[in-house]
Amino acid sequence: MSGTFVGMPAFPEAARAAVDDATLRGNLRHATHTIRAKRAGAVAELADWAELREAGRRIKDHTLRHLDRYLEQLEASVTAAGGTVHWAADADEANRIVARLVEETGESEVVKVKSMATQEIGLNEALEAEGIRAYETDLAELIVQLGKDRPSHILVPAIHRNRGEIREIFAHEMAAWGRPAPENLTDTPADLAEAARLHLREKFLRARVGVSGANFMVAETGTLVVVESEGNGRMCLTLPETLISVVGIEKIVPTWRDLEVFLQTLPRSSTAERMNPYTSMWTGTTDEDGPRAFHLVLLDNGRTDALADQVGRQALRCIRCSACLNVCPVYERAGGHAYGSVYPGPIGAILSPQLRGTGSEIDASLPYASSLCGACYEVCPVAIDIPEVLVHLRERVVEGGPAVRGGNKVVLRPAKGHAAERAAMRAAAWAFGHPGALGTGQRLASRSRRLHPRTLPGPGRAWSHTRDLPTLPAEPFRDWWQRTRGGKDAK
Amino acid sequence: MRVALFLTCVNDTLYPETGKAVVRLLTRLGVEVDFPMGQTCCGQAHYNTGYRHEAEPLARRFAEVFGEYEAVVTPSGSCGAMVRELYPRMGERARAEGRGDSLARTVAPVVPKTYELTEFLVDVLGVTDVGAWYPHTVTYHPTCHGLRGLALGDRPRRLLEAVAGLDLVELPGAEECCGFGGTFAVKNAAVSAAMGTDKVRSAESTGAEVLCAADNSCLMHIGGTMTRLRAGIRPVHIAEILASTEEDPAL
Ligand code: SF4
Repeated sequence: MSGTFVGMPAFPEAARAAVDDATLRGNLRHATHTIRAKRAGAVAELADWAELREAGRRIKDHTLRHLDRYLEQLEASVTAAGGTVHWAADADEANRIVARLVEETGESEVVKVKSMATQEIGLNEALEAEGIRAYETDLAELIVQLGKDRPSHILVPAIHRNRGEIREIFAHEMAAWGRPAPENLTDTPADLAEAARLHLREKFLRARVGVSGANFMVAETGTLVVVESEGNGRMCLTLPETLISVVGIEKIVPTWRDLEVFLQTLPRSSTAERMNPYTSMWTGTTDEDGPRAFHLVLLDNGRTDALADQVGRQALRCIRCSACLNVCPVYERAGGHAYGSVYPGPIGAILSPQLRGTGSEIDASLPYASSLCGACYEVCPVAIDIPEVLVHLRERVVEGGPAVRGGNKVVLRPAKGHAAERAAMRAAAWAFGHPGALGTGQRLASRSRRLHPRTLPGPGRAWSHTRDLPTLPAEPFRDWWQRTRGGKDAK
Repeated sequence: MRVALFLTCVNDTLYPETGKAVVRLLTRLGVEVDFPMGQTCCGQAHYNTGYRHEAEPLARRFAEVFGEYEAVVTPSGSCGAMVRELYPRMGERARAEGRGDSLARTVAPVVPKTYELTEFLVDVLGVTDVGAWYPHTVTYHPTCHGLRGLALGDRPRRLLEAVAGLDLVELPGAEECCGFGGTFAVKNAAVSAAMGTDKVRSAESTGAEVLCAADNSCLMHIGGTMTRLRAGIRPVHIAEILASTEEDPAL
């Protein structure tokens, strides 16, 4: 299992397999529809939702525009509060820093708060290679780890699993990781939660190093913020002696006051709660309370490249609420794994090809993993125009063009496999530039319509495999118009 | 009032009956309709597939062909959204790329006067009862670009509710995409077909005879799925319902 999911098939193939998996589709449909309806209710309670959304967009845009300045301010505040800041340009560097910090404590185990950033860089695997075991303590994340699985949702990583499957995983795998599941474990939620609680408690009480991400970092005070529902994260943040937080550089907000907006929009968008049950905030170190050492690893890993893109940079506003996943009809059918990235769904389809580039097959296919229905844009609490970015990235795939990779300006070549489509698009554009040619083509097609096959060749077969083609009319509209002067003459 | 019909390349080629219905309907409401022969395609398929540069000359052509009319009416939510929402954006992008103002200036005049059909009827003509007669049970599917791109809101429903004899029934999950999405239907055929199947099943569950929408592209996908699934319901464009009268009824 790797955080970068190397060697994934392109989205269409991965999605096809998921569409055929009835259990998976059932689990996903049930989960996303439930949370979707709840979210709509929680959002409707706030009369000023539109203003909050706009405020969130502006705060993030402003911060991104002055990111260098706020990051320096953050570094100064964290240092002044007794923490240490480390800068990581990419996944390898971040993993090396964390491994070294853990080794310096002399420990070989860490407990983890659920964190997208550490999944993105494949931290658990990197630590494993150094002989350090990382224990996930978020319930859903635990299910994924025990099941030797990959997360398939930002907020509910085990959304693709039902209760019966979770019982099986606990009963068979817990023993290898620590305290075994109780005998006669049933699949009731209370039983499953209790098994996880007992298993995790031993971890919390033993661990001397905690690893977390953060939802926000406040530049003015150097404060980090994690919001969660279970309280397990808070245990990881307060019990260990050393706390290492790995956070993407875009998670910064300028002031404490800015949190006001996001602490309203994030929980309502993600779990449909008015406020999330646990909001943990920590600033450097404090004598005789909490961790004695605090390290903040600031992760770039493609973010400044994305920031250089005028259209695509809005993806960095994302607060990982996962509302876009829950409304996405494509995510609902394809499941999170098909996206081949820790960021699935609509946001994954625009973020991954920006962070990783469009060189691989999976990354080149992600901008097409959408029908552009716009539901994601509608729900996004920071107004990321996901369809706009998808189309922009499609352009990068089919036509190439200027981009920034690894901090350098490059001119990307079109991805392979689009030559025929490009030729067809150009031919169509030519015909549409010449109405006479278009009319001739329509007429020829109409006259030969009885000869047309009911199935299409080439890529069109994918269409006619599941849908019937429309039959061509005897006469295109433009000919009828000319013949009858718009119906004024005989029909 | 003299308006231009922008029929769209799909309707012109595959669904001329929709065009004829728009002409009948608008003429009945006292509007003089012209069909400029120079029209072709708005460039939506190009733009949405990533061929923005190929779409630019089509946007220019659109502006030239339709520039002189008081209003442009199109029976397609997605092509309407292309002109209104994306032409200005294309102009902006060209400017941001240092290619000057020419595209932005060329398209600017046609953008505000281009209307999707139901919008034109309700907002410009100020009618919701167009004098139609259509004695069937109908369910309405709001297409994504009409719903979210153009914010058509309840305009189509108000028009349908005023049709004599028509029984409008609620479509469960109406606002969910049918799965067409232009080239998406081919590039991600499995997901597209699964979405289409769900849409057809929920349309069937209403007991309606007809599923109506304001965009033939979505109806082509939904209709093709309906016949393949042998569903007991058929697709009809809203223009054909609104054009239908007791003297000259549509099927
Ligand atoms: S893109 Fe918007 S809706 Fe999706 S996870 Fe990010 S903030 Fe939430």
